[in-house]
Amino acid sequence: MDSDDDFNSSQASGDDFLDDQDSDLGLEDDSDFDMDQDDVGFESQDKDMGPRKQAYEVDFKVFDPQQIQGSQDRQIDEVSSILGQPPEATAILLRHLRWNKERLIDRYMDNQEEILESAGLGETAANNPPKISKVAGFVCDICCEDDPSLDTFAMKCGHRFCVECYRQYLYTKIKEEGEAARIRCPGDGCNRIVDSKSLDLLVAEELRDRYHELLTRTYVDDKDNLRWCPAPNCVYAVECGVKNKDLMQIVPTVHCECSHDFCFGCSLNDHQPAPCALVKMWLKKCEDDSETANWISANTKECPKCNSTIEKNGGCNHMTCRKCRHEFCWMCMGVWSEHGTSWYNCNRFEEKSGSEARDAQAKSRMSLERYLHYYNRYANHEQSAKLDKDIYLKTEKKMQQLQNTTGMSWIEVQYLDTASQALQQCRQTLKWTYAFAYYLARNNLTEIFEDNQKDLEMAVENLSEMFEKPVDQLQGLKVDMMDKTSYCTKRRVILLNDTAENLKLGNWEFNVKFS
Amino acid sequence: MSAGAKKRIMKEYGECMAETPAGMKINFDEQNMTKWEVLMDGPDGSVYAGGHFKLEIIFPNEYPFKPPVVSFRTKIYHPNVSNDDKGSMCLGLLRPDEWKPPNKVVAVLRLIQSLMVEPNIDDAIEPSIANEYKENRKEFEKNAKDWVKRYAK
Repeated sequence: MDSDDDFNSSQASGDDFLDDQDSDLGLEDDSDFDMDQDDVGFESQDKDMGPRKQAYEVDFKVFDPQQIQGSQDRQIDEVSSILGQPPEATAILLRHLRWNKERLIDRYMDNQEEILESAGLGETAANNPPKISKVAGFVCDICCEDDPSLDTFAMKCGHRFCVECYRQYLYTKIKEEGEAARIRCPGDGCNRIVDSKSLDLLVAEELRDRYHELLTRTYVDDKDNLRWCPAPNCVYAVECGVKNKDLMQIVPTVHCECSHDFCFGCSLNDHQPAPCALVKMWLKKCEDDSETANWISANTKECPKCNSTIEKNGGCNHMTCRKCRHEFCWMCMGVWSEHGTSWYNCNRFEEKSGSEARDAQAKSRMSLERYLHYYNRYANHEQSAKLDKDIYLKTEKKMQQLQNTTGMSWIEVQYLDTASQALQQCRQTLKWTYAFAYYLARNNLTEIFEDNQKDLEMAVENLSEMFEKPVDQLQGLKVDMMDKTSYCTKRRVILLNDTAENLKLGNWEFNVKFS
Repeated sequence: MSAGAKKRIMKEYGECMAETPAGMKINFDEQNMTKWEVLMDGPDGSVYAGGHFKLEIIFPNEYPFKPPVVSFRTKIYHPNVSNDDKGSMCLGLLRPDEWKPPNKVVAVLRLIQSLMVEPNIDDAIEPSIANEYKENRKEFEKNAKDWVKRYAK
């Protein structure tokens, strides 16, 4: 009952929140549409807010492959005109210096020859384009063919090979080794880089595409403010200004065009509110400990004398520690000698030595249990997040059924979709609040955090429960469900804003040091 | 394996026969030309002098676009040869990113010979042996000679 009151009282402010947004949106062109649908897409409105940034949000921009190629080309053109080098050579120079324009221009002005040499462009690329030719008396140093009709190719460095071998060489480098920006001339000891014009001349279209794809990859890889979306088969890259050194003050979650939420700092799935270093430590701990710790907790006790962990492997309660030979009772943990012959019922529970032993054990257990407390909740939300896909699919089916049985329109059942997505997002956040809480020192701030966590969790469980209801009841729950959805989303925003603000100010006290 | 690669291996074998580097013998089987067996004498003046080492050279299918794979079939105490039953080497020319298609097996054999005279400490596969070579040359020489006596006679 308590929780219901809580929910209702906060509901009023939840409406405020909605109204707030509407008035915001009212200033935009599509206000009519939004007013009509004002009870439907809370989620989408949230995203459309744009200029009103929450404390936990960061600025970012998503690029598609054409845009990446475009910005690459623009920079090449720009630098090319400054240096007076052809675009192919400029591209090589830029890649050589990992797209650091300023450094390239500096070093070029400083010592032109040196930088050209180190980038594999020795003896300034002249203006005549690369071409395939036949050369009398030529023997290919790779395949040893000497047919005079052989097509051959060489770059400015003059290392000439037959076109077939050149092609095979490039094929091996690109297809098998995934090289692109730094393929060197096949000539023995030659460091000249194969430029893209020469490459285009030599290889088939399919390989050319792969080559340019790899070139684009290195562009994104080389730039600190760009990162590939890690979702499988996603082609987008995200630009974000958050630097590595800021990652203890900010958790830069970005949202890709493909709808995947990930952390710009470490590429893992969205882990707000926990900062990257904490996540890393937590994941490592889970990997090392969880299974083992669970088992230890369930099946073992520590020897009261030397604290060795002991598994009971027989029925008898008379234990002898293998390590220190201490004899004790498995039931009460007391010294065995005090048991006399009455051990079978273990009526010695109140004995002093036994209770001391239990105290010591309780302490070592406590740290384990503390960890398991957080881990179990973390794992539970993770598990639920995994089930999200099922929930989502079921939701789609329910939406179909609702449309069929009640005659509701497509737009009228969208609230289920919105609810399901909000649920997924909140669970993802909740999961990481437990890792975050595990490392928090106990203070007032932590208590506020735990209250926020509790509120969000309660809201999520309330909403989650509604999803289990049979289809015929769902229609009647529409308003309630929409309320609960917006409440969940609101609680999440509150929690994330609170953690993000305090993180930025360095207010959190942790019980460990993060590297 | 492509006809071009076979032709190339044949030609390289011909060149090796025409002027075999001193202290080497190459066993070549025309039925299986992608696997060469080389008998190499420990170079005079080196700690391996007096030993006879059996090496195996495997040509990958992508040869000469990928480097040949070299392994010592006779145990040798050397910073650049793995101290296990594989006896593998992976440095200089033999690394895929260093190898260039015009490079020849003969160059690889010469590289191995020169490494037996002077190991490459910066690119060692056995750090403990490399360390010993650096810090305690006497001990290294004793061990190397010991192994020659034990395995390479």
